[in-house]
Amino acid sequence: MNLSFRQIADPMHQFEVKKLIEIGPIGGLDLSFTNASFYMLLGCVLIVAFFGMAASRGKLVPSRMQSIAEIGYGFVADMVRGAAGEEGLKFFPFVFTLFFFVFFANMIGMVPYAFTTTSHLIVTAALALLVISIVIFYGFYKNGLKFLKLFAPAGAPWPIYLLLVPIEVISFIARPVTLALRLFANMLAGHIMLKLFAGFAVTLATLGGAYIVIAPLAFAMGVALNALEFLVAGLQAYVFAILTCVYLNDALHPAH
Amino acid sequence: MLLSFAAEAAHGATGGSAAFPPFDPWHFPSQLFWLVIMFGGLYIVLSRFVLPKLGGVIEKRGDTIADSLDEAARLDEQAKEAKRQQELHLAEARSKARETADKARDKVEAEIAAETQKVDADLATRLEEAEARIRKVRSEALSNVDSIATETTQAMLARFGVSVSETDAKAAVQRATKD
Repeated sequence: MNLSFRQIADPMHQFEVKKLIEIGPIGGLDLSFTNASFYMLLGCVLIVAFFGMAASRGKLVPSRMQSIAEIGYGFVADMVRGAAGEEGLKFFPFVFTLFFFVFFANMIGMVPYAFTTTSHLIVTAALALLVISIVIFYGFYKNGLKFLKLFAPAGAPWPIYLLLVPIEVISFIARPVTLALRLFANMLAGHIMLKLFAGFAVTLATLGGAYIVIAPLAFAMGVALNALEFLVAGLQAYVFAILTCVYLNDALHPAH
Repeated sequence: MLLSFAAEAAHGATGGSAAFPPFDPWHFPSQLFWLVIMFGGLYIVLSRFVLPKLGGVIEKRGDTIADSLDEAARLDEQAKEAKRQQELHLAEARSKARETADKARDKVEAEIAAETQKVDADLATRLEEAEARIRKVRSEALSNVDSIATETTQAMLARFGVSVSETDAKAAVQRATKD
């Protein structure tokens, strides 16, 4: 009783990674298939099922599901085109994968008892590093050393560059860090808040007496937070993808 | 009570599995390993199979819509052309009809005029004939009056015992009637 109560009340319990299938250690690394891996796989399967079905039906007059899939396609395509131009469309599959990977992970996380893949810094950091690696490699591959112009915007008098270049370098280094932390922190904090208010409502109700009057307030707060978290889940996926497009734009057109 | 709950929650957070779960490094290799496999797999499936097909469907629909619009514009042009032709035919037919009607009316009017003339002429001759007959009858009647007056005069004088020749009586009557 005491243990289950602690589990209900503990806002961190939902982030615990548990091994489902033990694999390894291989080369000293534990590669077990965990609950995090399971929900990641679930997201990927849902994405492939949803878009794959829409694509394989491919009717000229689309069904509802196909319409939604096509809206998703057009949404990401417009995002890439808007932030990185027509040339940016070569990264469309990547941004599409990234956006829906994060979006589905966030949305699956909104289901009670589900695991939120993106609430782990290691995952968001890996994605952010992937984005910034692509930006750096593609930037040098396409522009050569001219890519460094990114750090020295044209048109400033030369003494300004002494100040400007370090600032640009720092802001560039900050990009993957903020990209990873923003998504991670939003998902983590949101889910802690949800759990706290939900747990609070239950605890207050079971305490009885005068507390039962406050319990509905905590519950109402939980409901309101739930709506907010749905917004955050969608918005953070969008922010992650649009910033990726903006950074890719720098790789495509470094001279601003 | 509340305080004890908070304490217990805090205890659960720190006491459970040693560390704050997202920063517990034991699962980092597993997380990264499965992320690479799944994200990579998802990227390959989407970029190779799903997205080209989905994009193709959208493009095909755009083409179909454009084609249909072109076709609609063409048919519209055709319909307008047909309407122009029809109006032309209609105007032609109308003018022809007017011509025919005019011709018919002219013909009928000519016929009526001819008939009227004929009837008028007929009436005039018959009137003349009638007038001639009346004149003849009247002159005959007048000459009869003379002979009756002559005979009456002769008869009246015979009563008085005077016999008068016809020519004398006639002359006398003519003299008397002249006044």
